[in-house]
Amino acid sequence: MSANTTAFLTDSTLCIGCKACEVACKEWNQLPDDGFEWSGNSYDNTGALGHSTWRHVKFVENSPETGTGGNSGEQLPAWGFSSDVCKHCEVAGCLEACPTGAIVRMEFGAVYIQPDVCNGCSYCVVSCPFGVVQRNEDDGRAFKCTFCSDRQRAGLKPACAQACPTESIKFGPLDELTKEAEVRLQELEARGIHDAVVYNPTDTSVGGIHALFLLRGDPRNYNLPPQPEVPTTYLGKGWKSAAIAAGSMLALTLLSFIGGKQ
Amino acid sequence: MSTYRVPDLESEKRLSEIRRAAAQGEPLPQGVVPAGSPFPLQEPSSGYYKIPLLKEPQWTHEVPIYFFVGGAGGAAALIASVAEGLGEHRDLVRSARWMAALSGAVSSGLLTSDLGVPSRFLNMLRVFKVQSPMSMGAWTLTAFSSFSAASAFADLLRGKLGNVVPVRVVQNASSILAAATGLVMSSYTGVLVGATVIPVWNRHVGTLPIHFAASGLNSAVSMLELIGHDDSTALNLIGLGASAYETIEGALIETDKSRVSSPLKKGKSGLIVRAGGVLSGPVPLALRLAYMFTGNKKFRRAAAVAGIAGSLLTRFGWVEAGKSSARDYSIPLNPPLSANSSSTLGSESDFAVSRSAS
Repeated sequence: MSANTTAFLTDSTLCIGCKACEVACKEWNQLPDDGFEWSGNSYDNTGALGHSTWRHVKFVENSPETGTGGNSGEQLPAWGFSSDVCKHCEVAGCLEACPTGAIVRMEFGAVYIQPDVCNGCSYCVVSCPFGVVQRNEDDGRAFKCTFCSDRQRAGLKPACAQACPTESIKFGPLDELTKEAEVRLQELEARGIHDAVVYNPTDTSVGGIHALFLLRGDPRNYNLPPQPEVPTTYLGKGWKSAAIAAGSMLALTLLSFIGGKQ
Repeated sequence: MSTYRVPDLESEKRLSEIRRAAAQGEPLPQGVVPAGSPFPLQEPSSGYYKIPLLKEPQWTHEVPIYFFVGGAGGAAALIASVAEGLGEHRDLVRSARWMAALSGAVSSGLLTSDLGVPSRFLNMLRVFKVQSPMSMGAWTLTAFSSFSAASAFADLLRGKLGNVVPVRVVQNASSILAAATGLVMSSYTGVLVGATVIPVWNRHVGTLPIHFAASGLNSAVSMLELIGHDDSTALNLIGLGASAYETIEGALIETDKSRVSSPLKKGKSGLIVRAGGVLSGPVPLALRLAYMFTGNKKFRRAAAVAGIAGSLLTRFGWVEAGKSSARDYSIPLNPPLSANSSSTLGSESDFAVSRSAS
């Protein structure tokens, strides 16, 4: 992590579920629609991040307590919102797995898929512990959030952060936002909200993310995995097994031909 | 997305009920009951509306076919080299060599056509990434198909020019290199599949390369037998060894009680994996033993057919199991309580259903 590493801090306690981030992202990046079906899942008809969805507002319904409307500090909000995005991992599974070198690390720490290099092998899809990357079957290539690398280069905020009307999506240097998240946690604590957490899996092989989330309750409510692992952690075991496999194949073939002669 | 609810008769009926009641001025006792209610409330162990957190593998059917063809070809190159080195009959060596060369060519075609942008296959060769099994595989395939083709071509020249020194040098070198890269071809696909985030795949990363190598060897000897080399004792012995291992592997899978492994036993993927397991393990094992004791070649040919079908089904089954595993929303949300101990990973009871932070 260098000094100019940028990050998102998505503060779910400030989110009003307006989906301006989704719209701004689609507009700036000229993304296609993702169907017009009703999901039946609260006000969310998008479902999940994908090749055409790089920001996704999640709507979580908790059982409200009569009288408080679910907005007291003691219980989870009756309606919680959180805008999901590519995590731009410190150790990114997709980047490690990409066989063409299409996925690169930008100067400000973003994980970026170069669309002119990607050949659509879809190996990044099965290497992302957060299920973010997806291949567009019409186009053939894989797509995900670019962290608005084009805007960042021009000194602008990413489109989603720019559009957010409540500053729920904060954008800035990673180290500053990490501190800001802690300050915000204390502030919420002082207001009697004890269940707020910052989601940043630094103790896993992912080694931390560049898109922090501040949420109330269990992050799993928002499909954030408690133990995301980069698939390169399985390589040692895999290649060891491949070596055993090669040795056994050779031995079996040699022995069979020697034995077959007698 | 499969999770979307489509408008159904029930909701339509409810709507006309409300309309009728409103027209008649009757008060609705329970107010308006929205279709689909009661709405699902959040439960951390079931994540976000049970929408799978991981993305499904987007591999097309070319990929499991490639695993099959490449695995068999790699093993064939090994058989050609070993058979030649030990002075086996030239016909067998030549068949195995041509099989390897053919599989190298077909594999390249398959691995290109499964890409989203096939014209960019060569982009795979602009980097050499040790940490990416896909990159290692692309390089291995490139080397293997070149060496196996060179070896087969040298074989052709040897028939035309006789046993001259330059041809012999090319043939020996390319034959050994084809066998060496063939060993990787047969086994690396297990690493490719295992070193991913898909739970059922990475759980078995320690045995998948051996499993796939045995499967490749099994199908290679079976193919050679079916094209007429059915009196070679060595091939039958290799087939015996490979199907014996596949039987053990099948038993390991069947005794694995973890929820993570359930796609290998349940549903469509379970059916394919099990059929593949039986056809590449116990069936050819029994038939080959029967051949050894009776000398009846019908048994041997049946074993070969079963072995090929089993190998192909095994590859399709594992890819299918990966897709099914990615759809199980619960596994990545509820990792085993004892982290980093893969030996106890995810037995059914490990999935704690608790509301920790609410």
